[in-house]
Amino acid sequence: MSIDFVHFSPFSAIFGGALIGLAAALFILAHGRIMGVSGILGGLVRPLKGDWGWRTRFLAGLIAAPLLARLAGFMPEARIDSSLIVLVIAGLLVGFGTSLGSGCTSGHGVCGIARLSPRSITATLIFMAFGIATVWAMRVIGWGP
Amino acid sequence: MTMRRISEFLIGLVFGVGLLLSGMTDPGKVIGFLDIGGLWDPSLAFVMGGAVVISFFAFRIARGWPASLYGRVIMLTDGKAIDLRLVLGSALFGIGWGLSGFCPGPALVSLGAGEWKAFVFVAAMGIGMALEAYLERRSQT
Repeated sequence: MSIDFVHFSPFSAIFGGALIGLAAALFILAHGRIMGVSGILGGLVRPLKGDWGWRTRFLAGLIAAPLLARLAGFMPEARIDSSLIVLVIAGLLVGFGTSLGSGCTSGHGVCGIARLSPRSITATLIFMAFGIATVWAMRVIGWGP
Repeated sequence: MTMRRISEFLIGLVFGVGLLLSGMTDPGKVIGFLDIGGLWDPSLAFVMGGAVVISFFAFRIARGWPASLYGRVIMLTDGKAIDLRLVLGSALFGIGWGLSGFCPGPALVSLGAGEWKAFVFVAAMGIGMALEAYLERRSQT
């Protein structure tokens, strides 16, 4: 293992993480909900009456974030090197998997760990392990991202 | 009532800005974080650390409240036991995350940034979610 010091950015990472934590904190205290994106989005796929308004408003804020970032004059680069077919397969796996496992990086990884939920800690360890193994496998077979 | 709705939007906005600042919306950086056997970028561990520490206190406080600030039920009941659904679902999610460097939140932010590749990912993700929901409904009847 060697550290990638070129891309290592601990300060913006902690600051960005603190904002994510703040959003999760406000969401539970003001609205009584867990800020888990896959769950909030998944609720739109299987809609219950009167349950989609808050979901749409939260997701609209999320999608509007780059607009605000551009107005403020900062817009970090995004390196999306995956081919179209990889993106489709990955999207299907992420959608199916987070729906089956009831959560993703925000719901299990942030909120679940912060609540010390054994289910979420297990889920996070599993998706981290499989993410690491997948990236490792892709490098070994020479099939870059 | 209106303030409540605006705050739902604003919290989404804060979350999205946090994701952008943190580097989570850059799939190259996410893959660099997962690549512990190669050239490893540990930054995203700091994201999770910052987010967990802040929200930890909020969940502690919320546990003692009878209802949320807007009078809603605080949903903190933990689900069922650790079962096959949780394990299999998280494993599949992890594979998709490693393949693309995208998870649901950052993918939606990238969609808002106008990245067409994020649009493809989000569309496939929606189909994956709908498919799982459909299979779940079918297995119940």
